[in-house]
This record gives sequence, structure tokens and C-alpha cells, in this order.
Amino acid sequence: MLDDRYKLAFEAYPYERNSDQDADTPVRHPVVIMGGGPVGVATALDLGRQGIRAIVLDDHEGVGMGSRAICFAKRSLEIADRYGCGDPMLDKGVVWNVGKVFYEDRKVFEFNLLPEDGHKFPAFLNMQQPYFEQFMIERARELQAEGMPIELRGKNRVDGVVVKDDHVVLTVMTPEGPYTIEVDWLIGADGANSPLRGMMGLEFEGRVFEDNFLIADIKMKGDKSFPTERWFWFEPPFKSGSSTLLHKQPDDVWRIDFQLGWEIDRKEELKEENIRVRLDAMLGPEIEYEMVWSSIYTFQCKRMDRFREGRVIFAGDAAHQVSPFGARGANSGMQDVDNLGWKLGLVVQGKSPESLLDSYDSERVFGAEENIMNSTRSTDFITPKSEISKIFRNAVLNLSEKHAFARPLVNSGRLSVPCVYDGGVLNSSDDLHGGPDRTRPGAPCPDAPVGSGFLMAKLGDDFVVLAINADVPGMLEEAGITARVVSISTEDDSNGALADRYLGDAKSAVYLIRPDQHVATRMGAYDGMKLRSALRRATGQEV
Amino acid sequence: MSDLNLNQNIDKPDDFYADLLSAHEGLSKAESDAFNARLILVLANHIGDREVIKDALEAAKI
Ligand SMILES: Cc1cc2nc3c(=O)[nH]c(=O)nc-3n(C[C@H](O)[C@H](O)[C@H](O)COP(=O)(O)OP(=O)(O)OC[C@H]3O[C@@H](n4cnc5c(N)ncnc54)[C@H](O)[C@@H]3O)c2cc1C
Repeated sequence: MLDDRYKLAFEAYPYERNSDQDADTPVRHPVVIMGGGPVGVATALDLGRQGIRAIVLDDHEGVGMGSRAICFAKRSLEIADRYGCGDPMLDKGVVWNVGKVFYEDRKVFEFNLLPEDGHKFPAFLNMQQPYFEQFMIERARELQAEGMPIELRGKNRVDGVVVKDDHVVLTVMTPEGPYTIEVDWLIGADGANSPLRGMMGLEFEGRVFEDNFLIADIKMKGDKSFPTERWFWFEPPFKSGSSTLLHKQPDDVWRIDFQLGWEIDRKEELKEENIRVRLDAMLGPEIEYEMVWSSIYTFQCKRMDRFREGRVIFAGDAAHQVSPFGARGANSGMQDVDNLGWKLGLVVQGKSPESLLDSYDSERVFGAEENIMNSTRSTDFITPKSEISKIFRNAVLNLSEKHAFARPLVNSGRLSVPCVYDGGVLNSSDDLHGGPDRTRPGAPCPDAPVGSGFLMAKLGDDFVVLAINADVPGMLEEAGITARVVSISTEDDSNGALADRYLGDAKSAVYLIRPDQHVATRMGAYDGMKLRSALRRATGQEV
Repeated sequence: MSDLNLNQNIDKPDDFYADLLSAHEGLSKAESDAFNARLILVLANHIGDREVIKDALEAAKI
């Protein structure tokens, strides 16, 4: 009745009886999160840290086996760091900067991501998804021990929802039978196949790509070392697929991805001896390895029309799906949480009107569109859909060997960067003359060294007035919301990164920054009126 | 920013045309298609200005 649909990498939230199961009438909770994947757990961390009771219901008792996501972007790591679990990720993950592109039998070029200095986190960190989830769950346990109201309920499967105007009624199945609860807000973080979407009869349309990808995670044995680089082959000579990707993970594990085409015999392809034929052809017979995990996946690019349906809010794979090229799945899910957490917090605390949550919908739909566009473009390059697109693709690859201009056209996945909410409903005007483009209203704040630490650690969690070389009278209070002041002088800016990223040609600047570290407005000097009105706008109190 | 020039701009047009054809000489259909694709990419990069390229894409539709 409550059988596992997949094997666990590890147990994290074993079933325990909870008091709601013994209540005579259904208990009412402020927020319940359906699904304990990375997005669900991150949502609980975000809300719990604001003191809002967050209950995660998951139909399993821990994290699923198999690595799935391996590339975690800077922004996801910064978000995790705000929740207090960035450091173990930094310790565990593998940093890579060099990528090599191969076409047929030869390397056509290599590139270096040339990371910008002055960020706590690298552009990307590779680690198996179960580690990413484990560090967040461990953090949730720590916060629970400190008394924060987070609850993770394993083997609690949501089997029924009734959506009312101002609450949702859930039927939850457990090994000891069902129980009913009422929730003010339901977060649907139940993954790509989202049963919740199904129960609510919501559409999920998009483009299905007719291709199968075989992933093998292998552990190298012996002393032949492979470099920590990303290798991407277009039409490899070893005929193991029409494209192949090799990527390093921690624990000497390598991810290899073979593009197999559409008409395949899944069962045959998944047999270890057949996977080994492909791997041996690619790695050469002298390399010894052990198979850790393998799977065949197909993918689609699609999103829900709306991420908010009254009291139900969708996030992560439940709301949108992209191809894995570009690592935008879990990474965009983390940005959903980042965007939703503080808004839901303000609404639950009665500080903002419910309509603030419509900006979650508009901003994250905008983000999902950008992700879908990027991942569709990568996919069209990797698997050209027509004869002429293949001709152009191969022309780019051939030219890239000799001519630098063609290299930026090679698209084997544009790696995930957070989106700028240009034109977003919560943005106010840009009044910083000569201010850098990258920190315009709507943009996520880039990190920068400040004194002996980093700027990111000084922002986040609440609204901040960031004053650089500017006088600010003290914290800003408006309509029940306070914005903390962070004052920095460029004297603390040893390598000029802060000035470069936040001042540009301006001598001083005052920014209003949202709790998710996106810029709400900016100006050259403190202007209380403007800041107050921007704060009202950013909290949904002025439209 | 300059507009797409649709007036005659190449000196000795017959020579240019002969160069174009001779570049394709001896190529199979597939090789010619690949050559054309590379040529378009090289020329587009040289133009650089995306507005001009967009206009060129329009103009080529006839
Ligand atoms: C091969 C592959 C490679 C990938 N690589 C990357 C990458 O490099 N970078 C990246 O960012 N992303 C990558 N992704 C995507 C990433 O794995 C997903 O985007 C991510 O797991 C989504 O998280 P989620 O929490 O939304 O959903 P999930 O991780 O799917 O979690 C949903 C949870 O909900 C639970 N659930 C389902 N139904 C119910 C129910 N009725 N009641 C209670 N609980 C329920 C499920 O058991 C599950 O625990 C990759 C994916 C694949 C397949």
C-alpha cells in the first residue's frame, strides 16, 4: 500500500507516528510541503528559519538512490549557505574549470571558465545529488534541535487534496493508515510526475525530446587518473552514442552520459554487460572501473501555466522541467524556494497581502521560461532536429577548431545562472547613474569580498539597505517591515570587486535588497521617501 | 550602426561570382552544403551587427 517506488541512497526521515494522527478533528497547519526532495527540504529550511512551522510530507523515508543532479551552481550554494549548509557542500564538492570539446576523433578546443575572483562559492560544484540533499537534511535536524519548527514526516503520502478558498484539506496515507489535516498553504514540491498536479487536474504541456540518454556513474579503479574536467564529445568515434559527456564527481566517481537515440531496447541497454561495452569502447580496455549507478532517461521541456493556484503553490520539478544540459533542474528549483520563502513568510505573518504571492508566479514563470529557452537551445545543438541544423552544427564544430569566433556558438549546455527579474512587478526604478548593469533592479546580488569575509553573508534573510560610501540614518521601517542597514566603505574593498560590481562609475550607492538577495532599487545617495516606497512595492503593498 | 546594404557593393561582380563557384568545384552536394554553412557563419561573424544580420535574413527570403 505504501511501497517504495525507488531504492533509497540513505534513510533520513523514518516513519514516526505524529499527534495529528490521533486528533479527533483535523488539525490546521500554516504550511505543508508535499515532497521531501531538494526543493521541499529547502522550503522547510527557509520557512523554519523564519519561525514558521513547516511540515514536509514525503512518501519515502529518505533520499533516493542514484545521483541525478551533479552540477550545483553558485547561486544554489549561496542559498544553501544562507540556510547554514553551504560549507559542507564546499568541502565535499569538486570544483572544475576546464572543459574540452571533442568532435568525431579529435579535440576541437578547450576552455576555462575563468572564474571571477572574490566570490565565496565557485561557479559550479559537482557532487552527487544525495549529498546535496543530505547536507540540507542534516541542517534541518540541527535547526530542529535548536527548536525551529521544522518537521520531516517520512512514509506520509498525500493521497487526496480538496482545495478550498482559504485552506486545503489533505488525506495522508501512512503505514498505520490514513489521517486528515488542513493547511493554510500547500507547497507542491512532489517532483516531475507530481501526483498533486494530477489530483488537481492541472495541465502540464511542453515539448518532448525524442531521445534517450544512458547515464553511468562509475568508480575508477587502479592508478590511471582522469583530470577534473568536463569532456563533451559530439559524434564520438567510439560509436557509443551520438554525443557523450564525461564529468567528475567526488569519491572518484565519474558521470558518463551517452546519447542513444529514440528507438532503443531499454532493458537490453541497461544490462551491465552492454553498458560496459560502451564504456570500454570509450575509456579503452586498460581502464578498470566499478559501476555505481546507471539509468536511462528521456526528458521534456515544459512548465505549468501558473505556479500558484489559490492556496496551492508549485515549486521545483513539479512546476517545470528542463533538459539536464545546463544543470537547470535542481538549480532552478532552489531559486524557486529562494523566491517563495520570504514572500510566503510575510503573508503567513500577516505583513503582506496574499497578492504578493502572485509575484512568485510571475517572477518564477519568467525564470522557468528562460531556463526552458536555454535548455531547448542546447538540446537543439546537441541533437539537431533537421538536416540543415545538423549541417550548421557540424560547420560550427569544424570552424571552432581553427577560429575563436565559432567557439561561443558551440552549445553543449549553458550552465545555470540565476535570472534577472527585468521588468518585475516588485522592482522600483534604477536611479544609480553609471551603476553597473549586473546589479540593476531585479538582478541577484553578486558576491564580493568585504573586510575578511564576504558580502553575501551580510545580506539575506531580511530586507537590507546596502549603503556604499553613503550615510544612512538608521534602519528603515515601513508598513510593519524593517530593512536592516549594511554600511560599507570602499576602504574595506581591498581588490576593488565591490566597487566594480556595485558602484561602476558612481562614487556612492544605496541599494534596497530583498531577502532573496535580488536588488529592489538603487540610487546614488540615501532617499528615505524613495526607499520606503520601494519597500512597500517589494512587499506587495503598492502596485 | 549601419543599415544592410542591398545596392551593389562588390567591385568586379563577375570575379566574385566566379570565386564563389570555384570554391565549390569538385565538392559533393554534402560537402558543398557544409561549405556554405561555414561560409555563412564566417560572414555573419564578420558583419557582427545583429540588426544587420536580421535584415539580411529577411532579405534572403525574397
Ligand atoms: C540524469 C539527470 C541529471 C540531472 N542533472 C542535474 C544537474 O546537474 N543539476 C541540476 O540542478 N539538476 C539536475 N537534474 C534535475 C534534478 O535532479 C531535479 O531537478 C531535482 O531533483 C528536483 O527536485 P524536486 O525536489 O523538485 O523533486 P524530486 O527530487 O523529484 O522530489 C520530489 C519528492 O516528492 C516525493 N513525492 C512524490 N509524490 C508524493 C506524494 N504523493 N506524497 C508525498 N511525497 C511525494 C518523492 O518521493 C520525492 O522525494 C538532473 C536530473 C536527471 C534525471
